[in-house]
Formats: sequence, C-alpha cells, structure tokens
Amino acid sequence: MLEINELSVHYGGIHALQGITMKVEEGRIVTLIGANGAGKSTALRATVGLVKATAGTVVWNGTKLTGMPTKDIVTLGIALVPEGRRIFANLTVEENLILGAYTRTNRQEIRSDMDRVFELFPRLKERIRQKGGTLSGGEQQMLAVARALMAKPKLIMMDEPSLGLAPMISKMIFDIIRTINKSGTTVLLVEQNAKAALEIADYGYVLETGRIALEGPGKELLADDRVRKAYLGEAQG
Amino acid sequence: MQVPAFEWIKNLMTFTLFLQHIVNALSLGSLYALLAIGYTMVYGILRLINFAHGDIFMIGAYVAFYGTALFVLPWWASLLISIVFTALFGIGLERVAYKPLRDSPRISIMISAIGASFLLENLAVLIFGGRPKGVEVPKVMGQVLNIGSVSFLGVSLFIPIITFGLFVLLMWIVNGTKTGIAMRAVSTDIETSRLMGIDVNRVVSFTFGLGSLLAAFGGIMWSYKYPQLNPLMGVMPGLKCFIAAVIGGIGNIGGAVLGGLLLGIIEIMIVAFFPTLSGYRDAFAFILLIIVLLVKPTGLLGKRQAEKV
Repeated sequence: MLEINELSVHYGGIHALQGITMKVEEGRIVTLIGANGAGKSTALRATVGLVKATAGTVVWNGTKLTGMPTKDIVTLGIALVPEGRRIFANLTVEENLILGAYTRTNRQEIRSDMDRVFELFPRLKERIRQKGGTLSGGEQQMLAVARALMAKPKLIMMDEPSLGLAPMISKMIFDIIRTINKSGTTVLLVEQNAKAALEIADYGYVLETGRIALEGPGKELLADDRVRKAYLGEAQG
Repeated sequence: MQVPAFEWIKNLMTFTLFLQHIVNALSLGSLYALLAIGYTMVYGILRLINFAHGDIFMIGAYVAFYGTALFVLPWWASLLISIVFTALFGIGLERVAYKPLRDSPRISIMISAIGASFLLENLAVLIFGGRPKGVEVPKVMGQVLNIGSVSFLGVSLFIPIITFGLFVLLMWIVNGTKTGIAMRAVSTDIETSRLMGIDVNRVVSFTFGLGSLLAAFGGIMWSYKYPQLNPLMGVMPGLKCFIAAVIGGIGNIGGAVLGGLLLGIIEIMIVAFFPTLSGYRDAFAFILLIIVLLVKPTGLLGKRQAEKV
C-alpha cells in the first residue's frame, strides 16, 4: 500500500503541493484528477523521488520512500509512466524494453515478460527493431506503458497516458490499464480526462491548486455535482 | 624560373616515401581518435567539454614513464598500471570537479573543467618537474620494421592496429551490452534513465573511466612515438582532438574516430607535400574546423539535435 502523508513540494517560490494525503491500496485503481497545474504530476514525481518533498512523507508497504534515490524506489517495485511518454527516441523498441527491466537480473524471466508485453501490444512486436523516435504517438504511449511493465512493478503510476491520443487509441490505453490491474498490479492514474479515469477507478482524488479538494469512490465522484461542473463539463455529463 | 606542374612533387615524393607517410598519418590519426573518443563520450552524456581530457592523456604518459624509469617495471606492466590508474583518476576527477556542479548552469561546470585543466598542468610541473623527460622506448615499439622498401617504427604500425581493436571493443560495449544501452539512455534523457532504475552516477563514472583509459593508452603510445614528456604535452593534442570530435560530430563515437583520422592524415600529408608549411602544422586543424563548421555545423556524422533544456 502506498501512503502519501501531508506531502508538500516547493519549486522555487511556488508551493506546488500543499500537504496532500492519499492512500493507494493494493490491487486497486486509484486516480488523481485535476486541472492543468494543480500539482498532479508533482505528486507522482515526488513519490519516485524525481523532485524533493519539502515536508511530509511517502510510505510504501512500511518503507519510507521520501529521501530515497529514484533508482532504489524503482527497485522496490514502483514504476512511473512519465508524462509525454519520454521513450528513448534513439534506442530501438527492444532496447527501450530492456531498459525497463534494468533492475532485474533473471534473463529468462525478462524474456518471457517481454513476450507477455508483446501479447498485450502486438504492434510493438512488429516494430521491435525500429527506433523509438519513429513510432507514432499512440505506439510511443504503448511502448512507455510496456517499458514500465517490464520492471514487473507492484505499483504502476501513469501520468496522463491518454494525452494527445486519438479517442480510439485512448480508449485502448484505458482498456489496457484495466487488464494490467486485473493481473494484480496496483494502478495510480493521473488524468485530465476525468470521466474516463473515474469510470475505471475504484477510488479518486480531486486535486485543486496543490490541495486535495475532494475524494471518494470513482462512481460517487462521477455523480458529484462539483466534479461534473468543474471537470466533466455539463454537456458531457 | 618556371617549374613544370607537379615536377616538384616528383622530386619530393617517391611512392615508398608516400607509403611511409601513410603509415605515419594513420598512427597519428589513431592517437587523435583515441583522445577524441573521450571528448565525444563525455559530451554525449553530460553535455560537458572536458577540457582536462588532454591532461589526463599527459598523466597516463607520465605514470607509465615512472613505472619503467623509477620502479623498473617491464614496459607492458607500467602500461597496464598506468591505464588502470588513469581510468580511476578520470573517475575521481569527475567526482570532485564535475559531479557537485551537475545541476548548476552548464557554464559553471565548463569553468570547472578549465580550472581542472590548469590545476593538473601546474600540479604536473610541480610534481614531475618542468624539464622534459626522455622516454625509454620499448624495443618492440622502437624497432624499425621493413615491409618491402617501406620502413617505419614498430609503434607506428601497432598504434592503428590496437586502436582498431579498442574501437571494435568500445562499439560492442556501447551497442551490445546493457551498460552500453544505459549509457545511450543517459545521454538522451537523464531523468527517465533514473526512472528505469539506472544508477546515473555509475554510468557517468563508467564513461569517464572508459574515456580516460583510452586517453592513457593514447598518451603512452604518443610517448613511444615522440619519446619526450613535458607537463604541457597534452594541451595541443587535447585541443586538436576536441576539434576532431567536433569535426566528426560531437556525441558520435564513429565521428570522433573519423575526425581524428582525418586530422592526423591531413596534418602529416600537408607537412609531407609542403615542407615549407610545416611550421603551420597545428593551424590546419583549426582551418579544417572552421571549414566544417561553415559547411556542416553538426559535424560530418552529427545529426541535427534540438538543444535540451
């Protein structure tokens, strides 16, 4: 279980996160929604140690992550699919996946996991020798998710996986998230597409300018008036 | 008096002599390549021009010199010790002079590199003394080899061969191993590399170690080819090899080798064909640099790349 307690982050003079408290229980899909600049990405980046927390803690199954180097946090079984995919454009699809499994040593297991990932994303198998930079946006997002899965994470965090994707591809990514969760991986999903995220989430948090404004089961938040107004748009609802 | 066209070349150059120049050019070019690889690898990973790289080359030559002259070790043993020592020295230099500044503006780390270079040069004057030291060249390197009517020093033949071997080994490390993939990953995106669980510090150390190892090897071979050491011996080669790396396309290992060879060949050939210009031999590297930068600013094998912020 991931517990975020009173987590604060400052960027220079900006107080990006102002003491947020969240819980991600094992086996769940938890989503964090909110407007641009609310601090969603910062919460994920602070969890894996890419930005330093100025106050508060992040605890993972009893281990305090705050202050740990990113590589050690990743080794504990937490993977982040970063915003904007951030695949290695000059490396091949295969090399990207090998790096996803960088902390693992059992070659046979890595091989069989790569085969599993290719079952999930057959498109990637066709492009195995291609450089990451030559893939389409959707394929790059698939690669980013596949790369994170190669770490065999217990918790996979995704930062705006549907950003900039065609609706069909976006739907496919949400289906994949469900599949990943069903196979036993806990998911923490950050999304601007609040409707799609809340539909698949067990629990949701709404972040507003660095504070948790609202929380509750995904279905409840979907029905909540404030959420409908601010994040779903009345016309959509 | 009018000399017929090319008559002067005939007088100057026989085919045998030309072949000797070729061997000479390849060996000088290989030495440049060895040093240029270090510049290009470090730049690829940290976007840092390691101005102290030429001085690492000097240190490698001195350590091997003391190994044989002071500790009376066989030449190959001092060569190995020097290579290992210099690799560790390069790693230490990065830890002390560059790592603390990795998150600072790039100009700070650049200035630190210039400072490190001056420091090493002056420390070398202090410790090794400013007076040039004569190197005792191992027999196998100093012997004169004859192939047909072409004769040259052993070292001139060995340098290109060993350099080629090292280049193949390096390409295998970079393209065929997990560490190599990690190196290329770090060179494109440090933050995402961390997300993969890569220990970025280790990759950077490894890169500095590898570059310094090649520089040490180059420095030792240089001292067999031109058997005299002085504390500033790394300055000119260092500068030229940086130029070689830029000419080849900085960040690109193959480009560094190409640039180094090109520079060596042009330098030797110009001196060979135009002996009156030999006083300007160091200038040609810079002229070539200006031409390449004007025609193809990314270097011969360089790709256009958006500057990362």
